[in-house]
Amino acid sequence: MSAVSISEPRRHRRLPLSAWVGLTIAGLWACVALLAPYAAPHDPGKILDQGPFALSSSTALLGTDYLGRDVLSRVIFGARFTFGLALLAALAASATGAALGIAAAVGRRWFDGIMSRTADGFISIPHLTFALIMVAAFGSSLPVLLALLATSYIPGAYRIARASAINVNATDFVQIARARGEGTFYLVFREILPNIVAPIVTDFGLRFIFAILLMSSLSFLGLGVQPPDADWGALTRENIEGIYTASLSVIVPAAAIGTLTISINMAIDGFFAPAASEVV
Amino acid sequence: MSSGIAVEKLHIAVVGPNGEPHDIVQDVSFNVAPGEVLALIGESGSGKTTIALALMGYTRAGCHIRSGSIKVGDVDVTALNTDALVALRGRKIAYVAQSAAAAFNPAHRLIDQVIETSVVSGTSRAVATKRAHRLFTDLALPDPERLGQRYPHEVSGGQLQRAIAAMALMTEPDVIIFDEPTTALDVTTQVEVLHAFRNAVRNHGTTAVYVSHDLAVVAQMADRIAVLRRGSLQEIGRTDVLLRAPSSAYTKGLLNAYMAAAPTDTQRGASPPERNSLLELQEVDAHYGGVRGVPALRDITMSLDAGTMLGVVGESGSGKSTLARVLTGVLPTARGTIRLDGKALAGSLEARSKDELRRIQLVTQSADTALNPAHSVRSILARPMVFYHGLSTSAANEHVPALLERVKLDPDLADRQPGQLSGGQKQRVNLARALAAEPAVLICDEVTAALDTVVGLAITDLLKDLQRSSGIAIIFISHDFRTVERVADEIAVMYAGQIVQLSKAAALNDPLCHPYTELLASSIPTLRTDWLDQLARDNLADDAADGRIADRRRGCSFYGRCDLAQPGHCDVAVPPLERNANGGLIRCVLNEQDFLRSQSVSSLSQKECRHG
Amino acid sequence: MLKLLLKRALAAMLTLVAISAGIFVAIMLLPGDAADIVLGQASSEEARAALQATMHLDEPAPLRYMHWLAGALHGDLGTSLISNIKVANLIGSRLTNTLLLAGLTTAVAVPLAIALGITAAVWRNSIYDRAMMMLAVASVSVPEFLVATLAVIGFAVELRWFPALSKADASSPASMLSNFTLPVATLALGVIAQLTRMTRTSLIAVLDLDFIEMARLKGLRQSRIVLHHALPNAAGPIANAAALSLSALLGGVIIVEVVFDYPGLAKLMVDAVATRDMPLIQACAMVFCAGYMALGLIADLFSILTNPRLAHS
Repeated sequence: MSAVSISEPRRHRRLPLSAWVGLTIAGLWACVALLAPYAAPHDPGKILDQGPFALSSSTALLGTDYLGRDVLSRVIFGARFTFGLALLAALAASATGAALGIAAAVGRRWFDGIMSRTADGFISIPHLTFALIMVAAFGSSLPVLLALLATSYIPGAYRIARASAINVNATDFVQIARARGEGTFYLVFREILPNIVAPIVTDFGLRFIFAILLMSSLSFLGLGVQPPDADWGALTRENIEGIYTASLSVIVPAAAIGTLTISINMAIDGFFAPAASEVV
Repeated sequence: MSSGIAVEKLHIAVVGPNGEPHDIVQDVSFNVAPGEVLALIGESGSGKTTIALALMGYTRAGCHIRSGSIKVGDVDVTALNTDALVALRGRKIAYVAQSAAAAFNPAHRLIDQVIETSVVSGTSRAVATKRAHRLFTDLALPDPERLGQRYPHEVSGGQLQRAIAAMALMTEPDVIIFDEPTTALDVTTQVEVLHAFRNAVRNHGTTAVYVSHDLAVVAQMADRIAVLRRGSLQEIGRTDVLLRAPSSAYTKGLLNAYMAAAPTDTQRGASPPERNSLLELQEVDAHYGGVRGVPALRDITMSLDAGTMLGVVGESGSGKSTLARVLTGVLPTARGTIRLDGKALAGSLEARSKDELRRIQLVTQSADTALNPAHSVRSILARPMVFYHGLSTSAANEHVPALLERVKLDPDLADRQPGQLSGGQKQRVNLARALAAEPAVLICDEVTAALDTVVGLAITDLLKDLQRSSGIAIIFISHDFRTVERVADEIAVMYAGQIVQLSKAAALNDPLCHPYTELLASSIPTLRTDWLDQLARDNLADDAADGRIADRRRGCSFYGRCDLAQPGHCDVAVPPLERNANGGLIRCVLNEQDFLRSQSVSSLSQKECRHG
Repeated sequence: MLKLLLKRALAAMLTLVAISAGIFVAIMLLPGDAADIVLGQASSEEARAALQATMHLDEPAPLRYMHWLAGALHGDLGTSLISNIKVANLIGSRLTNTLLLAGLTTAVAVPLAIALGITAAVWRNSIYDRAMMMLAVASVSVPEFLVATLAVIGFAVELRWFPALSKADASSPASMLSNFTLPVATLALGVIAQLTRMTRTSLIAVLDLDFIEMARLKGLRQSRIVLHHALPNAAGPIANAAALSLSALLGGVIIVEVVFDYPGLAKLMVDAVATRDMPLIQACAMVFCAGYMALGLIADLFSILTNPRLAHS
């Protein structure tokens, strides 16, 4: 029997605790990003009385940054950029990649050939290097950042979608539908798509994580989100002097990234690959 | 030197998904005398392999021996610790696996693996190698000195099975366990391997446990048979006694399924008076990989009447599945014509009309992968009706219960998904889907190969009923000669992409058959325990030992394996299909006179054995 | 088999050329012209015309690209717009520094990761295995600069074991230890996390194969089964995984060199981007891409070499 990994019908199995924890944390950050103006105690640009790099107090729960602004509020508003930009980019990349990948798998050979060669070419450029070149050429405005993030990850999403679609395309039930005379539209949407949802969504989760990491690394280098806006990478960068006093202003934004990415990872592992999950 | 085996009240349990253990082997007890061969017979899920492995103290992941004792000689296997078990395995008890892929590491040479246990136990490489060569010779392997130097992927299936046996015999074990060792082999290759195993076990006087689902194979190999079902022992007794007069109902059912005799002509029902030729193939060729590729079908000429069943029989590489692909248009024809109701069909799928596609439907072997796991049974069955007959989805849904009843399934199954059905149920859904299109021709490609014998029998009976009641023409493709003989009205025998014989089923009893048909029929084990002994197999031609089909561009493909081959004729020209005296067609150079003459000399005795 | 390898190598070369063309196109889309950047907006017509001629800016784009390509093949990668030094010279010493850093990281990370992955696979689902995997997932998920920052805070600021900024001083073991420990450890973490997981998965895939069960039934010891039967079959996928994991270095080294102010090629590229020094960016990017593709080729090489059917046919 062929080793096709098609997603099994969703049985009601008990989900591991880690999946729920992951989902909750990621969900919390999503809410924070959406409701930032209501969640933040202070205006993120407002300079407080405590002065720069102040320690945690009742007004500023996480202390103040290098200019004296409330770290907590800045981190909350920063979530909009980190979470929002990466999410949009990942959605764009996954959707585009999936569409192209499926088209390549079921369509004409020449289309597949061209697409796959192009994807291979793009994949040959390391992501951060590509981002640096794009920023050098086009600047660091938000639309440019969004575009370069999405473009970086389309080839990867394309590959996964194409490989999964090819696998399913080769199964007996698709061959039978084809032999019946079914058209491409039906084959793609009714036969193939339901069976590749799992790998595509898992891949989307990974793209989301990569986008968050790439975005914040770029900002950390000063080439991402520009002042006065700040995502968590930029926050880490601007408060870098705080390293010498182990200030929360530099640790918290960086750690926030970690909580977000790890929680997304746990959620994906739990929902889509419990057997392959290496974490309890 | 051999040991007896004593199993007492064995329970093996597996831990379920909810954490609760439940027994997959219940309260099994049996004895094997030293030097005796016991067969463990049962269908899938019977626990036979689990018990066989437990004899070595081995359980697969998730399973454990809950209680009971297993004594091999004086040693209680269940009481041994890991080190003692390691010392036992491969030395005192040896295992012959089901397939070469399951037994050999693809990265190492055969000889290294065959002598491995001996060498690890202290025997010198030189001594072990010599012993291995001797075993290869005993097991009738060609070129024993050099065979070991090859890698597993360079050796054929039949030879690999014998190499596995050599590996097991290396350490002169007290007990050998054979785990379905010939199931994956073609029937004609199987014969040589069974011979080799039987001789080896007899010569060494080893105690053996032979696991199988095939009663006839086991009839040749075992002194006693234990019948298992769902983990418990149904009955156990001497082979000849059990096969003649079984005591348990289950064993009786198994025997019935096996021995469903070929019906006589009256039982078949009168064949339709006029030949109402529905499907015709004329000199069809097909290739894989374009015109210059491998020729998969050559010169196929046949016709199918409405309301009849044509059986297509052949082994691996015969081209029978390719025939199915060509008929459905999945593989385009390279030459020749296919006509449906007198009108020529386009060679490839894309060029055929929807109605043409509707009238020829295909049911395949693996129901597991033939049904989309994301769909419900209802939507799977409704789709052909919507697609071909233009019904609305709700109208189609209303027809679903009737369709399920037609294939003898409970209408409640409509809401289930394929993952929740058994193998037999999935195959019936597969069939129902094909019937939903209301085809004129139904092609069944190895539909029972993956099913248990009893379940498979039910499916073939169902097909026969459908043929009689609805007048559908059926092409039944299978490697199982006995089943095809039983159900089909007419039979085509295929070898190396060609039809070598095409005759009425009744006519197969005749002496006038193609040498390959002869070989095929006589390679099928019968329930007579002396069948294997009586089979004269002294001239093992080159190709036979290899079991591979030679790709002969000139002359008859069967030349290398044919007992009646005529050098100078058969290896030069491809004979055409010609009518013989009984109205059937055979593709053989020997004309009738020569045929009869040679038949009377050597193979008539074999003929009598065939239907013993 | 040799044919297959040559084909792959050729494809890689062609891709590299295509990438260089792609970068060239990206640069071309930059508003304003390079001469403006160098001379500033308020420069005289003659000065600008002269510079344009020297920089071949008056020629059509494809021709400019050809000039660059020809130069590159001879080792002339252009001149930096900012410092007016030949790019090839600028890159030279910095490349060595980066290679040193990468080399040390590889030497530390790869053996360690493979050992951890093998042990995790052999003791599957034990507490050790679960802990290892949790750590690996966490390490892969967090950004490099978080690890670097925490490392500096922990080991340089609080404990004062190592300096916060690193020089590429490999003159003595003591200075190596002092300068390289933190950057190498930070870089290695990312590689180890990924490679450990991939090694574990590859080995488990082999351990689940039927012939491994047969080896057990033949009465072979666990150690022999893992070392003699499983590892040879997993070696290919593991080597492949190692080459792929090392490509994580190419991203991480950029962050690490910036955080530790290490004078390497990556830091050079980041500075060049900040100043829009296009020839320098172009050359640095090409080096990184070439390195990435070389790793990919090595990974393919291992896959092909260790496939028994191809190797022994």
